[in-house]
Amino acid sequence: MAQHESTYVPKSATARWWDERLPLMRLLHDSFVDYPTPRNLNYLWTFGGILSFCLVAQILTGIVLAMHYQPSAAEAFNSVEHIRRNVNYGWMIRNFHAVGASMFFIAVYIHIFRGLYYGSYKAPREILWILGVLIFLVMMATAFMGYALPWGQMSFWGVTVITNLFSSLDGIFPGLGTAIVEWLWGGYAVTGTTLNRFFSLHYLLPFVIAGLVVLHVWALHVAGQNNPTGLDIKTKSDAVPMHPYATSKDLLWMFIFLIMFAWFVFFLPDYLGHADNYIEANPLVTPPHIVPEWYFLPFYAILRAIPDKLGGVIAMFAAIAILVFIPWLDTSRVRSTKYRPIYKWFFWLFAFSCLALGYLGSKPAEGVYVFWARIFTFYYFAHFLLVMPIVGILETPKKLPRSITDAVLGGKGDGSGGAAKPKGAAAAPESR
Amino acid sequence: MKTLMSNTLRAAGMLAAVLATSAVMTGPGNAAGGEPIHIEREDWSFGGFFGHFDRPQLRRGFQVYKDVCAACHGLSRVYFRNLAEPGGPMFDEASVQALAKDWPNQITDGPNDEGNMFQRPAKLSDPIHGPYKNEQEARFVNNGAYPPDLSNIIKARTIENHDAWYAHVFKMGRDILTGYQEAGADYVHALLVGYTDPPSGFELSEGMHYNKAFPGHQIAMNPPIPPEGAVEYQENAGAKSSLEQNARDVTAFLAWASDPSLESRKRIGWQVMLYLLVTTVLLYIAKHRIWARVKKR
Ligand code: HEC
Ligand code: HEM
Repeated sequence: MAQHESTYVPKSATARWWDERLPLMRLLHDSFVDYPTPRNLNYLWTFGGILSFCLVAQILTGIVLAMHYQPSAAEAFNSVEHIRRNVNYGWMIRNFHAVGASMFFIAVYIHIFRGLYYGSYKAPREILWILGVLIFLVMMATAFMGYALPWGQMSFWGVTVITNLFSSLDGIFPGLGTAIVEWLWGGYAVTGTTLNRFFSLHYLLPFVIAGLVVLHVWALHVAGQNNPTGLDIKTKSDAVPMHPYATSKDLLWMFIFLIMFAWFVFFLPDYLGHADNYIEANPLVTPPHIVPEWYFLPFYAILRAIPDKLGGVIAMFAAIAILVFIPWLDTSRVRSTKYRPIYKWFFWLFAFSCLALGYLGSKPAEGVYVFWARIFTFYYFAHFLLVMPIVGILETPKKLPRSITDAVLGGKGDGSGGAAKPKGAAAAPESR
Repeated sequence: MKTLMSNTLRAAGMLAAVLATSAVMTGPGNAAGGEPIHIEREDWSFGGFFGHFDRPQLRRGFQVYKDVCAACHGLSRVYFRNLAEPGGPMFDEASVQALAKDWPNQITDGPNDEGNMFQRPAKLSDPIHGPYKNEQEARFVNNGAYPPDLSNIIKARTIENHDAWYAHVFKMGRDILTGYQEAGADYVHALLVGYTDPPSGFELSEGMHYNKAFPGHQIAMNPPIPPEGAVEYQENAGAKSSLEQNARDVTAFLAWASDPSLESRKRIGWQVMLYLLVTTVLLYIAKHRIWARVKKR
């Protein structure tokens, strides 16, 4: 829908002067004000805006933290305590940043499952989807390195366990894994050198994410937004201008999200973290349970479900990499799961598996926990490799509405169906 | 043919979902890791959304720390000045100054003009040090055990959750809705009152003490507070000294020490919440009016 005609009219001489030289305002106006959005978007479509907010919030709070933080093995923990105790409102900035990472992941998981449910990865949105997977991957790297920075017990041992995983690559080519691990560490053990480089990368990667987000939004504005019906925008009445329609919803849900965010920042700042991280890193004392942050738990469970270390590492990375291929694994003719009576069940089974894997990832890798982790790991992959291709071919989708407008007005019983042209839409996109 | 296939598939999908659910229900309960230790949830003045410290309690708690715990434990991330600041025990500044001056564990400063380090009395801007120069000395004096610095102890401890997965989910929901963050305080309180005789058959190593709350039940710390209480509270202190009372008070004091901004955090939290709620209502109304133009033709 990026091809829609520009409706930007410069309102002053200065604006016109600018517009003839660098039409930045025109680009923003056409992308975020007069951009046609499907009229039937539900609140799950507000998470893109929420994610952008999260990224900006992490960068701003992070820059302030970095003014007081010291990335050395001797001082990292002390400097975070200094931020908590002595810097004016340091506790607040730090809570916003630490809780913000969790909120970022809550939002991104909702965003991903939204895409999975409504088939937003299907043509013509494959590149858009793959860019999303890349953002997710870089986010995970950023958060992992960020969690190392306070240099508490869980920081240190989390880094030790996860970086050590790469040593299993020795099984593919002798010496390869060891070389990678030593290269990551900058030495023969996790030390202040490791911390230092993690800090450097933790500062860099969010800006890489910002670049990827620009591409992601660009791709979105070329393909147009998907919507709960999965149908394309066909007529003017299917769409409304982004502003004020989509923006008013975005803002409302951003504030609802902020209520939850603030709830954790002010009343439960440590709930999502680990008590052990309030103990300074000590290479001589191993904590009884080494557990990653909650947002990594499903992948951690997959890692430990495989009896072989190398196999586990491969499975863990494959669990993310496989997302890249689902635009081609899904053979369904319709996008939205709303119209897929059989796949619907498998979708919820998949969602349940992910939650179950998250729970199992937080438990010790023994007994029944391992058994169930294996079952759900199997389903995780089977969902993409078997269910998506096979169900898509065999299933008969429900009857689709004729258009987005039909889907919105049809059930409302005003009898006029899709032929009616609502007042708001008359003033919509191109005709304004 | 096609419908038959899809019906079969649908049944298979449903069956799989139901199986998965019920199987996990009966699955891992207390599968792993030692027998669970039960620790009561206490009622803390600083817990929950309206939580704030009980000033007289913090003062009593500091007295317990000073007279008992400070013999072995430092509090180095807390500065003497903090004891006079809002949100804490709020002793008056002159008495804190006097306290700092007389604190037995002096500050190593220097080098002086002759190039030597020297000991001097503490000032308001100095940390509350424990008795030992370093971990080695602490272990040497305590038979190899290490009394940790207590500045962060409440945040650095928690209670492990051993519930079955479905109970886990409910508990998590309840804790989030009620703002429960006091597991560390509950643990330290339980530890201090948790000394008992070992159950028969329990093998206690030399120099160790049995404690109900401590993981593994063998702790090197002597019971720090005797049953009748360890300190004499002043007449107007607001409570009578006893093991239970001393333990509660020192735990509250340590909770403040590890989270000195708790009161302003919760106060600002409510202001932020109020602002967010009001704005959300306004945004809801605005959204409704904007969309009314589209929906109602
Ligand atoms: C005689 C010295 C001594 C005194 C007095 C003392 N402690 Fe300890 N404390 C220790 C030692 C030694 C340890 C280490 C125990 C171990 O690791 O087995 C310890 C450990 C602790 C722990 C950590 C337990 C854990 O979960 O690891 C806490 C909390 C604690 N003490 C609180 C206190 C409080 C509060 C007081 C004052 C009421 C106090 N202690 C008085 C010696 C002492
Ligand atoms: C994608 C965005 C980001 C994510 C997901 C993220 C995540 C995290 C996490 C999980 C922590 C550990 C929090 C804790 O438990 O204390 C952390 C710490 C930190 N981050 Fe970030 N971060 C992001 C962006 C940034 C940026 C842009 C900067 C700097 C400009 C930054 C600077 C810091 C610093 C200095 C710390 C250590 C202080 C502390 O631990 O509280 N972060 N980050």
